[in-house]
Formats: sequence, structure tokens, C-alpha cells
Amino acid sequence: MTKPHLSVRGLHKWYGSVHALRDLDLDIPQGQVIGLIGDNGAGKSTFIKILSGVHKQTEGQIFFEGKEAHIARPRDAMNLGIETIYQYTAMVPEMSIARNVFIGREKRKWGVRGFGMLDQAAMAEEAMAAIADVGLHLRSADGPVKDLSGGQRQGVAIARAMHFRSRMLILDEPTNHLSVKETNKVLEYVRQMREQGITVIFISHNLHHVHEVSDRIVAFSRGNKVADLLSEETTVPHMIDLIT
Amino acid sequence: MHFKKMLQTKPEASAFLMLIAMTFVFSLLSPTFLTLGNFQIVLQPIPEIALVAIGVTILMISGEFDLSVGSVFALSPMVMVLLMAAGFPLPVSMIGGLVVAALVGLANAFITIRLGIPSFIATLGMLFMARSMTVVISDGFPPPFPRDLDLWWIVGKVDLLRVSIFWLLGIGILLGIWLRKFDFGSWIFATGGSQESARNMGINVNLVKTTTFMLCSMLAGFAGMIQVFRIKAIVPSMGTGYELTAIAATVIGGAALAGGVGSVIGAVIGALLLAFIENIIILTRVDANWFRFAVGAIIVIAVTINKMTRDVAARAKYKEVEDD
Repeated sequence: MTKPHLSVRGLHKWYGSVHALRDLDLDIPQGQVIGLIGDNGAGKSTFIKILSGVHKQTEGQIFFEGKEAHIARPRDAMNLGIETIYQYTAMVPEMSIARNVFIGREKRKWGVRGFGMLDQAAMAEEAMAAIADVGLHLRSADGPVKDLSGGQRQGVAIARAMHFRSRMLILDEPTNHLSVKETNKVLEYVRQMREQGITVIFISHNLHHVHEVSDRIVAFSRGNKVADLLSEETTVPHMIDLIT
Repeated sequence: MHFKKMLQTKPEASAFLMLIAMTFVFSLLSPTFLTLGNFQIVLQPIPEIALVAIGVTILMISGEFDLSVGSVFALSPMVMVLLMAAGFPLPVSMIGGLVVAALVGLANAFITIRLGIPSFIATLGMLFMARSMTVVISDGFPPPFPRDLDLWWIVGKVDLLRVSIFWLLGIGILLGIWLRKFDFGSWIFATGGSQESARNMGINVNLVKTTTFMLCSMLAGFAGMIQVFRIKAIVPSMGTGYELTAIAATVIGGAALAGGVGSVIGAVIGALLLAFIENIIILTRVDANWFRFAVGAIIVIAVTINKMTRDVAARAKYKEVEDD
């Protein structure tokens, strides 16, 4: 196995008296697609929320690209190059595609972060280029995101991650509520990213999608890691056994 | 198509069309309506209510609500007048009043964000507390307003207008640019449009909301000061009911109660619409008690038109997608 891109050691998370994540040790190799599976409450959301800076671990260490990482807020994760695309809360529907691509990381003509004049022309242009790079063709970046289909939204979110040169992408249920055609498109995006050397953590309840696209399968159950296998070593029925 | 697009993308579009339609109809109802003299009367109190409405609108865009603006409208200038009565110069007294307004906004933000109380309830509480404080600090007797102040720079008359209308224009343009062209403005829309998404993308949503709460209170306080300067007297009950008028102007102006949609110009148009209605009722000698009925009706009509135009625009969009 190559040097891990991300490692965690002894990771615990307590929510009050609930022990949501128990002593997790995990190595995620560089440039692979990791399928993260588990039933509701297994701890996979807790794990990705810690990686993306939404929650802080109660105990334990995170190492990213060989160095210990302290992730206290989403911006810390994004600055490291870890980008998370949440199922429902990746975009602001009423805002334009261009603004969504640059949300929180706006391009400014002048000023400092928090008090700077937006460079709207540059944002629109770069957003269109980023979207075209992932093979999505939209007429303009000015329309609101609410007019896009679910698959197109995933495409825009992935384009955003690529634009900001993310080195690790966490996809939370990216194929939920998508048509078969759009699901295939999203799985295609995942393969594209692996080709570019980006590490992907793919979380889904649809084990067929996970199995199809992942190099490794990591299974969680009741806050514990119960399996860490190569994709070839397992089958969908076996995966169901692991998580139930 | 272009017209439909404008209706969809400009939240204030339908309010603007209503304003034009009303101006036309009202000028038929009363020959006095479209005269300079009448406009002078109509426009006099506009800066005050429009500034409150702008604050409420920006706060509503960020996804929150403020019922305490009417009380702050009285509390903040009361602090100012009391400071002047204690011998402080006008600028210091004004800053004192604005600081108190900012503190009320900070308290609203704290109760809403840290204690997790919906802002509707938090600011309802503040409505009573701030009003009570206004009465208590003035000892029940309104202090006399100093007569010898030079107030030309804020409420002086320029031809038919008062200087305060230029304060409204200046503040409105600055805040409009801040909202549309600055990164922080973008964060305000993002926070109200989807708080979780904004937070996930690294926006400090608590900072955004604290800012909009404080801005809203300070605009209400400043508007109250303008009114005190204009009528050269202060009563502890001033601004009672302004919270509802401001929210009416905000909603008529196209802001969405759920957040993420709205504009500064919409708030101003909303305030103008309400003033026009009040004016035409007076001009046509209709029983003044109909004013509230008209305001209520116009809220329902404006929101209905907003919803209908958005639905039509959305349907047009789906059709376009199907045609592809």
C-alpha cells in the first residue's frame, strides 16, 4: 500500500452520552476511491463531519499528507484541500451558479475577505470553465441553482471542488434521488477524479453504486470500523452482512 | 421572455409595477395626487420608515426577523435627547443613542443564536423591553427637545424636499452596493438561502446574523433620530407599530419571509407604496380607518403576485428544459 493520504488514530466522538465513534484507526490511501458504508447511526456521518470541520473529535488524531491536522471549522478542512459535498446542503438554491461555485471563497477586485468588492465577471467566466471541465454544459452561470437537476447540481459541486484543487473529496450520498442516467454521470465524475489522482470518499446507502466505483470498502457499524477490504474481496451481499 | 426573466430575478419587480399602476390610478382618483406640493408631504416621513424597512429587509434576507425596531425607533433617540439634556454635544449624544441601538441588536442576536430562541420570539420580548426602557429612562416625562440646534444637515429643507431624503438615498445606495457587489453581501444571501450550505462552505453564519441584527437596530435608531429632528419633540410612544409597517414594506418589496431573497430598493418601494395608499385615503376623504384594510389587502396582493410570477417563471423554465 502506498503512503496514506489521510490517517486517523484513536478517533472518538461523544455527543453528550452517545458514543458515536469508537476508537477509529483508519488509513486512506492516496488517489483511491473509498466506499464508506454503514447503516444509519453507524458513525459514517460523524466521521465525515469531523474530517470536514463541522464537528470536532472528542479524542484522537488526524494526519493529512503526513502531518497532523487540526480541523476546527470547515475553512480549515477546505484550506487543507478536503472538500465535502453534502447531499442537500452543498448549494444555496436561490443563488446563481457562479456565486455558488465561489461561495465563501469569492474572487475580489479589491479589499479583504469580508469587505471586498466581488469580481463578478471573473467568477462567471471561471465558473463556466470549471463546469465545462467536468463535462457539464450549461448555457450560463447566471441562473439560480434551483433551476438545475440533481445531477447537474452534483456536477457543479464537483466542478467547484476541482476548481479549488481539492486533493480529497468527500461525497455524501451523491446518487440519492437521481435518475439512472444521472447516477451514471455522477459515477463517471468519480472515475474522472480518480484518474486525476484525487482521493475520494464515497458514502452511499446504495451498495451497488459503492461497489461499482470503489477501490476499497470501509464498513462502519455502531460507531466501530468493522471491515476494511479491497473491493474485489467483497460482494454486495457480503457488504450487506457487514453492516447489518 | 426577457420580461418574465426580470420578474423572476428581481424580487422588487412586481412591487415596482404596482407602484406605477397605483400612481396612475391614484392620479385619476385625485387631481392633487400628482402635484409637487402633495409629493412634498408624502415624501417627508419616507426616509424614516424606509430606513427601518431597509434594516428589516437585510435582516430578513439573512433569514431572521425583528419585531423590536419600533421600540428601538424610540429608545435610541430617547437616549440621545437625554444625553443632550445632560449637556453632551449632539454628535456624542447621537453616537450614544446608536450604541444603545447596536447593543439591542447584539442582544437580539445573542438570544436568537446562542440561546436558540426563534428571532420572532426573541425580538417580541425585546419589543416590550426596549419600549419599557424608553419610558423608564425618560421618567415618564419626555425631556424637552433643545430648540437651538443646527439640524439643517439632516432635516433641512431643500426646495420641496428635506435633506433626510438624501440620507436615505446615500445609505440605501451604499447598503444596496454592499449587498449585491460585496462578498459579505453574498454571505448574507447565502446564510438566509441555506444556512447549512453557507456554514458547510466556511461562512461564519453567526457573524453574518449578528451583523444584520445590529445593522437593523442601528438603522431603526437612526430613523427615530431623524423623526425627532424633524418634529423637534420626543414622546416615549413614538414608533409604536412601525415594526409591522416595516415588515409590510419589506414583504411588499419582494423579500421572502424564509430568507435568501430581497432587495434594498424593494424595501424603499414598499415604504413608498404604503405612503401612497395613506395619502390617497386622505386626499379622497375616505374614512381613515380604511387605511389598515388597504395595507392588509396590498400585502396579500403583493405576495400573491410575487408567488404567481415566480410560478410562471418556473413553469417557463421547465418547458425550456423539456424542449432541449
